[in-house]
Amino acid sequence: MIAHLPILQVIVPLIAAPLCLILRRAHLVWLFALFASGIAFLTSILLLQQVMDTGTIVYELGGWEAPWGIEYRIDKLNAFLLLIITMISTVVLMAAKKGIEKEISSEKHTLFYVLYLLSLTGMLGIVATGDAFNVFVFLEISSLSAYALIALGNDRRALWAAYQYLIMGTIGATFILIGIGMMYQMTGTLNMEDLSRRLPEISQTRTVFAAFAFVIVGICLKLALFPLHLWLPNAYSYAPSIVTAFFAATATKVAIYLLIRFTFSVFGLTFSFTTLPLQTLFIVLGLLGIFVASTTAIYQQNVKRLFAYSSIAQIGYMIVGFSISSVTGLTATLLHVFNHALMKSALFLALGAVMYRVGSVDLKHFHGLGRQMPLTMAAIVVGGLSLIGVPLTVGFVSKWYLLLALIEQGWWPVAVLVLLGSLLAIIYVWRIVEAAYFKPPLANTGDIKEAPLQYLIPIWILILANIYFGIDTRLTVSVAQAASQSLFGVGL
Amino acid sequence: MDAGNDWAAAFFGLYNYWIVVVLMMVGFYIVIAHGNLIKKIIGLTIFQTSVFIYYISMGNVDGGTAPILADNISQYSNPLPHVLILTAIVVGIATTALGLALAIRIKESYGTIEEEIIQGMDNPG
Amino acid sequence: MDSLRFCNPKTIKEDNAIELLIDIVLLSFLVCIAFAIVRMKDLFAVIMLAGMYGLLSASFFVTMDAVDVAFTEASVGAGISTLLMLTTISMTGRYENTTRHRPMLALVVVFVTGSLLIYGTLDMPYFGSAQAPIQLHVAPHYINNSMSEIGIPNIVTSALASYRGFDTFGEVVVIFTAGVAVWALLMVNVQRRKNTEIDDANNSTHEQHFIVRFVAKMLIPFILLFALYVQFHGDYGPGGGFQAGVIFAAAIILYSMVFGLNTARRVISQPIVQLLTAAGVLLYGSVGIVSLLSGGNFLDYNVLSADPIAGQHLGILLIELGVGCTVASVMILIYFNFSGRKNDRELEEHKETT
Repeated sequence: MIAHLPILQVIVPLIAAPLCLILRRAHLVWLFALFASGIAFLTSILLLQQVMDTGTIVYELGGWEAPWGIEYRIDKLNAFLLLIITMISTVVLMAAKKGIEKEISSEKHTLFYVLYLLSLTGMLGIVATGDAFNVFVFLEISSLSAYALIALGNDRRALWAAYQYLIMGTIGATFILIGIGMMYQMTGTLNMEDLSRRLPEISQTRTVFAAFAFVIVGICLKLALFPLHLWLPNAYSYAPSIVTAFFAATATKVAIYLLIRFTFSVFGLTFSFTTLPLQTLFIVLGLLGIFVASTTAIYQQNVKRLFAYSSIAQIGYMIVGFSISSVTGLTATLLHVFNHALMKSALFLALGAVMYRVGSVDLKHFHGLGRQMPLTMAAIVVGGLSLIGVPLTVGFVSKWYLLLALIEQGWWPVAVLVLLGSLLAIIYVWRIVEAAYFKPPLANTGDIKEAPLQYLIPIWILILANIYFGIDTRLTVSVAQAASQSLFGVGL
Repeated sequence: MDAGNDWAAAFFGLYNYWIVVVLMMVGFYIVIAHGNLIKKIIGLTIFQTSVFIYYISMGNVDGGTAPILADNISQYSNPLPHVLILTAIVVGIATTALGLALAIRIKESYGTIEEEIIQGMDNPG
Repeated sequence: MDSLRFCNPKTIKEDNAIELLIDIVLLSFLVCIAFAIVRMKDLFAVIMLAGMYGLLSASFFVTMDAVDVAFTEASVGAGISTLLMLTTISMTGRYENTTRHRPMLALVVVFVTGSLLIYGTLDMPYFGSAQAPIQLHVAPHYINNSMSEIGIPNIVTSALASYRGFDTFGEVVVIFTAGVAVWALLMVNVQRRKNTEIDDANNSTHEQHFIVRFVAKMLIPFILLFALYVQFHGDYGPGGGFQAGVIFAAAIILYSMVFGLNTARRVISQPIVQLLTAAGVLLYGSVGIVSLLSGGNFLDYNVLSADPIAGQHLGILLIELGVGCTVASVMILIYFNFSGRKNDRELEEHKETT
């Protein structure tokens, strides 16, 4: 069975989804979905171990050799991503039973788990595959289920957010489809490995240039890179809390992965960073994203929305690291992908707990929560500190590497701007702390109890991970560094 | 080969793609410029269908025939774009169905399917 | 760069002049329709035009030798999607507002994107060239070897179901996702529909059209039979699970349009349809798992039987059944939910007025 791990990674949640539909009873379905996601998590750990030991694993689907068939190609980069996605998915699912109790009407609970597993399948499929068109197919699985999951939110604005996301997402996917079509037309192949061998010969053609532009713009739409981020705040604010916690930690990460995969592995580093002024463009967009989104976050009254804007800012950091195009820079980006997944899933789950007890996540309803829900609020504080990048949290580790990479290149002004951006995070996190600990509770709120254990356990697992990986960085740094080195072709 | 001949060759070799680009852009324009949610989805299907036409065009071979093996035929059109587009059509109808379902729910809860009015209701003032 | 342009400049010979003419006529129709869709405010007309757009592109696909794609586009673009859109506007209203959403910005975006695309076409291999890269790499393998490796004449089916069978699995999951998603969005409260009085009121409108009902009753068996033919003939000619599923669903949808949704639901109850959507995906997946347990890779049909060719045949037959099952049941499920929602709304309005 060990030889089949790459495909099991994707088909376990895939097959579990229709089985959930047959099981029907929401309670059973929850346990089953948790089980399937847990198996996927174990699979990803085994895969990562195997990849770190023996190098890239290739799995030919249908027994057909690539490029005639589709292959799965697991290297250090996507093994790392698979681990992040399945880990977050499993921890978030632990809280799902309580989480959807009040936010989704009971007859839809089974369908919620089906869609959740399909979304997980889609993301895993995108990351695991080595075939450009297969990316498109699994991208659509994850997107369609995402639109539906967001639309399950109670507020009518969730419907509108889902619709906007559907339009933007489909435009993005169609752009990617056009780009893949052009690449295919010029090379005759869809296999990424094969593409990377054939593209350099024709890299000077205008068609390949256009293909590159369409793929990148399409991915940036999915990535919510500033200024293409407009769909994200609404989608994250009005989706059910569990869905937000899951997507905030994984969906944009998958897009970052695609960006890295297409620029580094398919088009190749020299092509990607010389044909377009990609480096300058992305640095500017990344920095603008950090500042505009962080500033907008400061003025939000809805805390879910506040953290949604903060997510856009965090994408900015990842993009800055990516566009340095050095081993350290990419390491910083990959570390931040992992670390940001830990922080944001913890924070949004904690907001889910607040939603569960208080029924709202408006800043004014946070007044006095520090005493009423001490454990949940403590989690939000630690998560916030991690977001700022305080030492002993994971946020510090990735910012540290980002600064190292910038200084390595001698880009002092950018380094200073990145630090200034972190100061903005202090302000928006402080507003929550101030409301929760320094304001008296509202008069008419009645008796608010601490969040139930089913929420607290997953939240604190993630928070402790935030601290643990902030202190013991061996595992994350070594994997991220190895992945980054292999993409640059050094240290092989 | 003189320049005039070159231009004619380019025109007859590429006009198909140029028309497809026009079709794509008309669809794209409907998606982003129109406020009616149903019309946007129709724009999306036009956009996607045009991308399908692009894919199918590139697979065509002069003098070729449908890729179903038969005796005494030597030239087949490329089957791979057909396979890809079969999948893409299914993805397209899936998106359309979901988009329409969302539009129905939006109509029920907002009472309208015009983008401007919905945004006005969400951000009053 | 010229090395890419292997083909000779295309000279207009007499025998392909007629092809060129058809090509130009179809493409100009498509352009006209697309612009008409932009201008029209009446959504009913727009949807009809969109249906024509689908049908015309299907005709174009036939001239491009893509018969399987044409079949699918005709049933989806001109069939199912038109039907769903019409059902939708019967709930959301027929006319579009005249206001445009920032038209100048949209024009600029469209212009930039379009220019980039045109720029990209400039180095493309010429249309119809037999020397284009895609005719030289990967695809020739399918054309030359599919008979010996898979043993069925329709190369599209070989590539779809076997070489790229995993994409098709993904496609089935996409359609399954859409079914579940639409169901989750449009689910109607079941208790409310218990009112038989309104059932009768709904059904009586359908009972008036005797000729329609008679013709439909005559047609439906043949449609179902044709669906089965398409399902099992996909190895030899155009067709396969997807097209068959859509045709099968069309028969059921026709039935429910003519005889009323509730009658149709009594014939095929919604819980069964729901189970079938899952069953198709599971059938496809279990073929993969069986091949995995028999010592092959996922979806490797060679190991399903002692003789690899027989294994391929068996595998393709089973997965096409899975595709047909999921596609038909999802289409029916989607239609049931759309039109169930409509009945429900009419019922509410009915209650309000009385």
